[in-house]
Amino acid sequence: MPAPDQHRIIFRHVDEPGYSTDLACYLRNGGYEVLRRAVKRRPEELIDEVKKSGLRGRGGAGFPCGVKWTLVDRKSGKPIYLVVNADESEPGTFKDRYIIHQDPHQLIEGSMITCFANKVERAYVYIRGEFPEGARILEKAIAEARAANLVGPNILGTGYGCEMYVHRGAGAYICGEETGLIESLEGKRPYPRIKPPYFPAVLGLYQCPTIVNNVETLCHVKHIADMGGEAFSKIGTPNNTGTRIYCVSGHVQRPGYYEFDVGRLTMGQLLYEVCGGPLPGRKFKAVIPGGSSAKVLRFGERFKGKRKVGAEMVEYDWGVEDVPMDFDSLGMVGSMGGSGGVIVMDDSVSMVEALGNINAFYSHESCGQCTPCREGSLWMKKITARMVHGDARAEDGALLKSVADQIAGRTICAFGEACAWPTQSFVAKFGDEFKAYAQARKEPGAEGAPELV
Amino acid sequence: MIQPATTDLITVHIDGKEVSVPKGTNMIEAARRVGIDVPHYCYHSKLSVVGNCRMCLVETGMPAVDPATKAPIIDPATGRQRVNWMPRPAIACATNAMPGLHVRTTSPLVKECREGVMEFLLVNHPLDCPICDQAGECKLQEQSAGYGRGYSRYIEQKNVKPKRTLLGPRVMLDDERCILCSRCIRFCKEIAKDDVLGFTDRGSYTTLTCYPGRRLKNNYSLNTVDICPVGALTSTDFRFKMRVWFLKQTASIDTESSVGANTRVWSREGTVYRITPRQNDGVNDTWMPDSGRVLYKAIRGEGRLESVRVNGTESALDFAVKAAAELLTKGGAAVVGSGRSSVEEQFLTRRLAAALKARAWLVSRVGEGDGLLISADRNPNVRGALVTGLIDALPSGGLDSLGALIDSGGVTSVVSVGEDLAAAGLSASQLAKVSVVYLGTDANATSAAAKVVVPTLTVFEKHGTFINQQFRIQRFARAVPGVAGATDDLVVLARLVGAVGGPILGADVGTLWSAIAAEVPALATMSYSSIPDTGLLIDGAPWAGLAFAEGPTLHYTPAAPAAKEAARV
Repeated sequence: MPAPDQHRIIFRHVDEPGYSTDLACYLRNGGYEVLRRAVKRRPEELIDEVKKSGLRGRGGAGFPCGVKWTLVDRKSGKPIYLVVNADESEPGTFKDRYIIHQDPHQLIEGSMITCFANKVERAYVYIRGEFPEGARILEKAIAEARAANLVGPNILGTGYGCEMYVHRGAGAYICGEETGLIESLEGKRPYPRIKPPYFPAVLGLYQCPTIVNNVETLCHVKHIADMGGEAFSKIGTPNNTGTRIYCVSGHVQRPGYYEFDVGRLTMGQLLYEVCGGPLPGRKFKAVIPGGSSAKVLRFGERFKGKRKVGAEMVEYDWGVEDVPMDFDSLGMVGSMGGSGGVIVMDDSVSMVEALGNINAFYSHESCGQCTPCREGSLWMKKITARMVHGDARAEDGALLKSVADQIAGRTICAFGEACAWPTQSFVAKFGDEFKAYAQARKEPGAEGAPELV
Repeated sequence: MIQPATTDLITVHIDGKEVSVPKGTNMIEAARRVGIDVPHYCYHSKLSVVGNCRMCLVETGMPAVDPATKAPIIDPATGRQRVNWMPRPAIACATNAMPGLHVRTTSPLVKECREGVMEFLLVNHPLDCPICDQAGECKLQEQSAGYGRGYSRYIEQKNVKPKRTLLGPRVMLDDERCILCSRCIRFCKEIAKDDVLGFTDRGSYTTLTCYPGRRLKNNYSLNTVDICPVGALTSTDFRFKMRVWFLKQTASIDTESSVGANTRVWSREGTVYRITPRQNDGVNDTWMPDSGRVLYKAIRGEGRLESVRVNGTESALDFAVKAAAELLTKGGAAVVGSGRSSVEEQFLTRRLAAALKARAWLVSRVGEGDGLLISADRNPNVRGALVTGLIDALPSGGLDSLGALIDSGGVTSVVSVGEDLAAAGLSASQLAKVSVVYLGTDANATSAAAKVVVPTLTVFEKHGTFINQQFRIQRFARAVPGVAGATDDLVVLARLVGAVGGPILGADVGTLWSAIAAEVPALATMSYSSIPDTGLLIDGAPWAGLAFAEGPTLHYTPAAPAAKEAARV
């Protein structure tokens, strides 16, 4: 079955010739109409729409957005904050970048609808420090929106007011973790908080109830408010509704960003049809489906089991190419949908060296607060660095797995899993390469293989 | 012990043992109550919980109930309600008591967690034990022996960080040893209210440091050395002096002020090496000021008196007591007692004053309280003088009234128990007019002018009790023998009392207390050995109307002025 067409709801205007980031262009294209309609409704209705829509977070965890909004403490009388998580740092992910750089008003509109629905009066956009241009674009867009009373003390004359501020980060992946982000926003070191008791929905920014949502998720809120939650829930697949943007990078002919209905295409369709397949003369070897924190899938693996289709339990027997690109299916085969960053590796890649690259990233980004992640991530990096640049031992693969097992599940935040899963999955699925690495390094490389710098 | 029936006690199960704890108790404390040790580094009972060492990971579970009927699900094998154990371990320090909570600390998962965390802590930890002061009292040593794997799998290069950095005049930092528990940071911020320490850099390269331009020099900096679980923060005073397993520990009291912080004196073979705080949740928690820790240096101070002298020449104690009695019984004697004397010494001083029919003065020392563990009253035992009846009002006006009497000829001899009269306000001429008997530890203008000088003991060299600002009587004990030539204050005072015609009283603390209990109403029910280690609160009501100078400290709030007015009426 051929791959479906892209369904560019969020990315409708991204890369459109002549489309610019100013308010006039956005208004010309029907912008802020949804906000106009939304502020005439009851806030609780909008929350209901989002719940009905089944929207799941697009930042990496895939947590149902409606449930997150329901958990907010509305009884304490404390102000409720919205934090827009624009700290897109997951390796392999580059979708929020384009929303911010090319269609910032969509984000602002989605955020304002979210604020109105949750009676938020102050929203902060935490944008990663490495997007200086994006921060400028966003600030300019917010200023334009404020001048048009779409943001500010009296939105569209309703009397409801919400301010929006851009806060630039300074280059740390851990500032994408929701409580790390909140700590950084408060001006402190981004040490994630222990949960319980510091759930952002109850004790978040300045110990007030806070909603932290990803950029893409908030853009979806705009479309849910537009078409209604039920219509949105019919897009995609049950429990994995709507569209999502897949960022494909690596060894494919046409890497890039593509927006599809969730779960309506398989990995094979995405990589072979949409992205044109492997580079000439190469074969796919491995793919990480959801940003580098997700577990790797090895081409040639088979996944067997039973899954629910409609009301029935149906057997499945999939190769990597057959896995539908939705949260649940990817979860079933032992990986995750994550942030949608699909990283493709072909047979020119040494998995040991690829893992070394990934471990270097995580050890550099570990905040250092808790023992297993702080020491374990650096230890794993030192092991793979030694394997690649020094003496590899046959037992290093097993040692890496053992160290990773001691990290996952024992840390304050999910960074422990994020740094452990790549190591665990690479060693589990390519263990033979790790064992043979010491010997393989001594032999001359294959013809045409890239030199390791 | 029978638990009184209170409504906010929650029952939790730890390793199968039931324990009832107040609401809000975490699992480390709950486990301690049933004798189970949950290893930890970053948790401290007096600091906020951060949960970053991950050493206290335990398995938690809740009893299984049928989701529909809420009926308990019984395990057929044991006949008891099944417990649903969470697959992910939880940190005990941040898990508070909930009804029905079950905790496991001995399961294979917990064992793996501890071995894993232990291994990670040791991966970048330098092999400094032979040169590290913390050896013998190091949590890393104790917990790796108790809960670690026992061998290392690490063959990479360890991180290099700054070693032997002087953070402040009293604290030395070794960054490589630091396990980044953040206890010191939290202490400085929350307790000492001097936010001076912080982490810099990221990940495994994180380093403890003072904020730029600041130094760790507040008067509580050495508490960070006490709470540091490893040898990262060490005392510059104690550095390389002695291995802790050779040291004898003696309970004592900080004599800096009326707070009466509980201390521990560490000594070996007659030499004191350091002083650390002793836990007393009613007085000083687990802290003490730095200024109290250096007081042991006075034992071998330069001006320490070491020989009994009569009229300038060395003499024997008996002769000195006889000479002193002769001087004092001529008439016109005055007694100057001290707020630094123990309750027992003040009791004997009062007997002396009564036998001489002399009036007693007390030298007051009032400074500025720091709101924490140093109060405005810099005498540790003014209340002891009140309770024993040595004085019946708070000292005021210094020794002016005594000076006036000296000038007018009403007082011709003064016995001073440990107080320098010149420093207390008498002029040189007044001092020259009277015959002085001086019992004290250090040479000063008074001892130079005195006709009889009997060297006595510092607080580290004798037993006794003090009554602190809370009217809590607390014991201190002898850590080291007195210097040669010094006499126990109680011995010389008892002899003097006898020599001037008073009753013959025992000179050791035990027998003296029978007399004290018989004569001092507030201490009637006690004996020296019956006073618990954390002290005993006595009824301070008879003195409630007095205008004590102290402001609030850690565990003391002064009585409201209105209440004092009412009491005075």
